[in-house]
Amino acid sequence: MIEKAFYGDKKYWSWLFFLGAVILIAFLFYMRQFNRGLTVTGLGRDVSWGFYIAQFTFLVGVAASAVMVVLPYYLHNYKMFGKITILGEFLAIPSVLMCMLFIFVDMGQPFRILNVFLHPSPNSPMFWDTVALGGYLCLNILIGFVTLGAERKLTAPPKWIKPFIIISIPWAISIHTVTAFLYSGLVARPFWMTAVLAPRFLASAFSAGPALLILLCLLLRKISSFDVGKEPIQKLAVIAIYAMCLNVFLILMEIFTTFYGGMEDHMSHFKYLFVGLDGNTFFVPWMWTSSILAIVTLILLIPPAGRKNEKILALGCITLFISIWIDKGMGMIVAGFVPNPFHVVARYVPTLNELAIALGVYAIGALIVTLLYKIVLSVRASIP
Amino acid sequence: MSIKRRDFIKITGLSTLGLVAIPASELLAEIAKTETSKSGKKLAMAIDLRKCSKEEGCTDCIDACHKVHNVPNFVLPDGKPNRKDEIKWIWKEHFGHAFNDNQHEFLSEKIQHIEAVVLCNHCENPPCVSVCPTKATWKRDEDGIVMMDWHRCIGCRYCIAACPYGSRSFNWRDPREVLEEQNTDFPTRMKGVVEKCTFCNERLSRGLQPACVEACKANAIVFGDIHDPKSDIRKLLSNNFTILRKPGLGTNPAIYYIV
Repeated sequence: MIEKAFYGDKKYWSWLFFLGAVILIAFLFYMRQFNRGLTVTGLGRDVSWGFYIAQFTFLVGVAASAVMVVLPYYLHNYKMFGKITILGEFLAIPSVLMCMLFIFVDMGQPFRILNVFLHPSPNSPMFWDTVALGGYLCLNILIGFVTLGAERKLTAPPKWIKPFIIISIPWAISIHTVTAFLYSGLVARPFWMTAVLAPRFLASAFSAGPALLILLCLLLRKISSFDVGKEPIQKLAVIAIYAMCLNVFLILMEIFTTFYGGMEDHMSHFKYLFVGLDGNTFFVPWMWTSSILAIVTLILLIPPAGRKNEKILALGCITLFISIWIDKGMGMIVAGFVPNPFHVVARYVPTLNELAIALGVYAIGALIVTLLYKIVLSVRASIP
Repeated sequence: MSIKRRDFIKITGLSTLGLVAIPASELLAEIAKTETSKSGKKLAMAIDLRKCSKEEGCTDCIDACHKVHNVPNFVLPDGKPNRKDEIKWIWKEHFGHAFNDNQHEFLSEKIQHIEAVVLCNHCENPPCVSVCPTKATWKRDEDGIVMMDWHRCIGCRYCIAACPYGSRSFNWRDPREVLEEQNTDFPTRMKGVVEKCTFCNERLSRGLQPACVEACKANAIVFGDIHDPKSDIRKLLSNNFTILRKPGLGTNPAIYYIV
């Protein structure tokens, strides 16, 4: 089955070579970081996590969102998702791999990564996150390839795979919950210390993930003969916009509690994001972009007439995706550190080196998703 | 007989599962382990800011600590201190920054001008220790010092995110590049690991006081076992009003301040 990724037309190969070139350049930048240390990033003693960890957090959500196609298809026997489910699972695989890579490039001593397993620390949410992500990766590889293999042979998937599929559903929820626990249990960071963080993460994941899947399906239809059909895309659109409404609702909950309560420790982080603090307004345009895009998304996709038009749907999915990418990535992570424990506002802007490495990780993700989708498309094309 | 690719993948998968089983058993042993006995000793520090602030601009404790522990001093090309990559174990912070929950508009001018000496609080419930994914930082049972293993630290900086006192520093770059004179009795660090004050555990084991305590000519820092009712630090605490940094967080710091 894997061999199918080795046959393709000129366009396919040029795309792969392009991604390969991006990865290679990014690798050179990584070598620079590896040799000089993380000083080549914009990070420092006050903002000690930044662009890398932001991408990690965001991508855990994309990975978890596969459950939004797996659950209806396998648990509710929603046949319409038959063609799309494997695409969701095969999107989860590169997403988890990118998460792992973003953690890896963020580490000061990456070659010591096995210490996490040699000295397991059940007190640390990071230990559990590693377990959850690793397990989720294995589950998706197993389920994806077994079900696709069965499909190729025109048989039903073997019975033994069913328990794994069922386990993968709560497991998907767990990866993002544990990722939220990384942040929400820290007394040092009032911005993150909120019980609504895990629900917010899940809501934003279940809207940004399906939005990306819709965009990928529309793209596949354009560049290949593979069409998942109109109805599954419409169903996904409903899921994405409902989850987006829930996400916006939860953000408003957070803002109410923070500002009606009026605790300065909590408010200062929001002020930094939306109006600037002590003259530092770096984030203000980004956060307002995110907020306006969120409103645009709601206007475009809530009316059924809007989302039924696939052009509007595609636009809405793009605005949704960017809105959450800003808010849940950089906004979420950096605002946790600003102001710092001394109530001093620190400045953080990612460097070119940092962005190049991040781009490389995304290119690896794009490469894997291309290979996996190529396998799916070839298998499907060979079925009479 | 040749092994098919599929079989190879299966065997590899099963072997990997076997590898996972080893740390898993260690993990179970860890969960079963209950809290070890408390010896009763708890090291703490009292800093008399009245005495300290009399010596305006004094940095003796900071210099002594950073020298004995090979803490690098990074400067920017223009000669200004490099705040981004900065490493510090003990330093001075405006009163309003160090004690931001005690800060208010009408605080006496004398207090507002205090530069408080801050360092790792060696908390009784250290959040940095709970979050460390490799146990590279831990609380010593015998005296409550929060320790650091620079050889195990993976540089994930979770402890920095978890510390409510900003006490931890990360080696963003190689510290050895700028160390002019080294104390060969104490290790230097490599880039990519976290470090902080360890109450001079290496000096304590030789029967010495922490370097900062020894260096303070105003005798503003008193160090000792807070569980010993006859200790100097206990006498000081029972005769003076003391405050802690962020006491509401439940970390229970071991650095007491007399204002």
